[in-house]
Amino acid sequence: MLTDQAGKGVHHDTPRPGHSAQNPLRTGGDLLQLVSPDGERISHPEFDIWVKDIGDEQLCSLYEDMTVIRRIDAEATALQRQGELALWPPLLGQEAAQIGSSRSLRDDDFVFPSYRESGVAYVRGAHLSEIARVWRGNASYGWDPLRINLATPQIIIGSQSLHATGYAMGVQLDGANTAVLAYFGDGATSEGDVNEAMVFAASYQAPVVFFCQNNHWAISEPVRVQSHVQLADRPTGFGIPSMRVDGNDVLAVMAATRVALDRARKGGGPTFIEAVTYRMGPHTTADDPTRYRDPIELEDWAAKDPILRLRKLLEAKGLLTEDVETRVKAKADAVAAELRSSCIDMPDPQPLDVFNHVYSTPNSWIERQKDHYSRYLNSFNQPVEEGAL
Amino acid sequence: MSKLTFARAINAGLRKSLENDPKVVLMGEDIGSLGGVFRVTDGLQKDFGKHRVIDSPLAESGIIGTAVGLAYRGYRPVCEIQFDGFIYPAFDQIVSQVAKMHYRTQGRVKMPITIRVPFGGGIGSPEHHSESPEAYFTHTSGLRVVAVSNPQDAYTMIQQAIASDDPVLYFEPKRRYHDKGDVDETLDLSTALPLDKAAVVTKGSDVTLVAYGPLVKTAKDAAMAAADEGISVEVIDLRSLAPVDYPVVETSVRKTGRLVITHEAGQSGGLGAEIAASITERCFHYLESAPVRITGFDVPYPYSKLEMHHLPDLDRILDGVDRALGRRNSLSGLEG
Repeated sequence: MLTDQAGKGVHHDTPRPGHSAQNPLRTGGDLLQLVSPDGERISHPEFDIWVKDIGDEQLCSLYEDMTVIRRIDAEATALQRQGELALWPPLLGQEAAQIGSSRSLRDDDFVFPSYRESGVAYVRGAHLSEIARVWRGNASYGWDPLRINLATPQIIIGSQSLHATGYAMGVQLDGANTAVLAYFGDGATSEGDVNEAMVFAASYQAPVVFFCQNNHWAISEPVRVQSHVQLADRPTGFGIPSMRVDGNDVLAVMAATRVALDRARKGGGPTFIEAVTYRMGPHTTADDPTRYRDPIELEDWAAKDPILRLRKLLEAKGLLTEDVETRVKAKADAVAAELRSSCIDMPDPQPLDVFNHVYSTPNSWIERQKDHYSRYLNSFNQPVEEGAL
Repeated sequence: MSKLTFARAINAGLRKSLENDPKVVLMGEDIGSLGGVFRVTDGLQKDFGKHRVIDSPLAESGIIGTAVGLAYRGYRPVCEIQFDGFIYPAFDQIVSQVAKMHYRTQGRVKMPITIRVPFGGGIGSPEHHSESPEAYFTHTSGLRVVAVSNPQDAYTMIQQAIASDDPVLYFEPKRRYHDKGDVDETLDLSTALPLDKAAVVTKGSDVTLVAYGPLVKTAKDAAMAAADEGISVEVIDLRSLAPVDYPVVETSVRKTGRLVITHEAGQSGGLGAEIAASITERCFHYLESAPVRITGFDVPYPYSKLEMHHLPDLDRILDGVDRALGRRNSLSGLEG
């Protein structure tokens, strides 16, 4: 059943902003699915219209992006095992959630990610070296946030939900029709900041989409530790409509994200999307999920693999030609090779860079420490006079 | 030149910033129609609209976190934290986001956020309304921290803080809100003393007395009282707590050879400790005696009937001056 934020049917006599026949909203409950795990296209009376422009070429393109980011993920994991990256947070299993949502955005939309959205960064146009450098320890940021309208990876859980809401308040002040999207996970829904973000977003009707990838695990804690209700039911109490979608179904994710973004642009306020997916890998390369996770659960989710599902759909449509397969594989291999070489060739930062950019203007404390440390480093280059020690 | 209370001087500075820069927005609890619990923002929402003077939900982390997003979008948010003791829910956003964003993005994203905090005691309030949390923030790289002591500085420095591309914690001594002083509203910001500079507010030659915020007035009064006994105290108003303008303090200590630091915050790990250590490092050979700290005790801020014992006052500061000078004092004869 479709419900609005008050829990009543959405069939109003007078359409409210953002609530119209073209803009279906649902709360919790049934999972929106447009492609079954067997790759069968399930038609949906309200949501089909939101993906009707996704033709054969687009489907192949989505398949390519999902395959490429899985390859980035595998390559980065290998680079970490080889000591070239200090750490890597894998996105394995979340390709449909990340590609479906990020491919729905406009260039002028602004995105606030967590640290796992490497696939989103790829779609937004981050260079591969920029994706790698945070995890190699060469910088605390990847890309220029203002170049690709994507904030830097956020490590404090849920913090970025408030930044997204504030940015959306700024969009409102500017009178722009830009939308803002915040990514976070199931664990983040327990954080005060995410709840405060929903309070602010609802209060000011800010044009923000809260995109929650429920990947079922917050490191070792299952989602039931975070919530006794479906995550999509939580925003209802804040007066924020929500959708619960199959996060491994790229079309469903796209449809829901487009609904939410459209609603934001039209002044309809915030929307919460719970994309139900699964973190098939560890939390990071430093984690060992065999200590806390039943392998049968992983098998169950492997059967619902987002890329496998899209492949089945493409096969059924006769689109998975050798040509497409070859092209996608070549692209993935090329991207992986570039990721590897750009990572290995990355110049190391210089020692005195540690002092740079703490402030935008000179700071007497830091200038002094920089000067003293510079002298200290230079002291190793001075010849030691005989008898000086 | 006009005679303004401390609160009106900040109000006038905020008004000027709102007039001069359309990107300036004010956010906080009760700052709109009420004008803030101390009336510092009185009348601003009426004149600049609800979109620029924003009554926020009661969520301090939310106020600062959304300010980060507004700054990302190119705005200059000025956030009011209603009382010092209410800032802690926002601590994570201030320390992990506001302070680090510029460094994290290597200067690509600036955080021109001003966080106004009424601080300090002396108004007989219940718990959480009289604290001095400045050292938490001076210890946090990426923040600038200032404390104002008089209406003219309050007027000028709020505008400088807002104009700063770096985040500024702006501490307002709430027990001085009703003190009046001359304010030159035509003062050109470009010729005013920069935000990170200290000021010698009483000249002297025997002892250097460093204070900031609410205790600058107490320190000046102490200097006057000391003068009656023939002791010449030089009072420095730090103004900037991060960074501290050490050259001004150094110059004074090289002249006097003696240093007393006073603040309401507790002693351990406080700003006085940092200043004593830094001045000892920088001009050890000029010191005639160990630096003296006259501060609040290392206790939670006490209930109001005891706060006069906790807060450094004129007599305790003079006792510290006597210690620095080796004159008879309350600790005479005590080892260590």
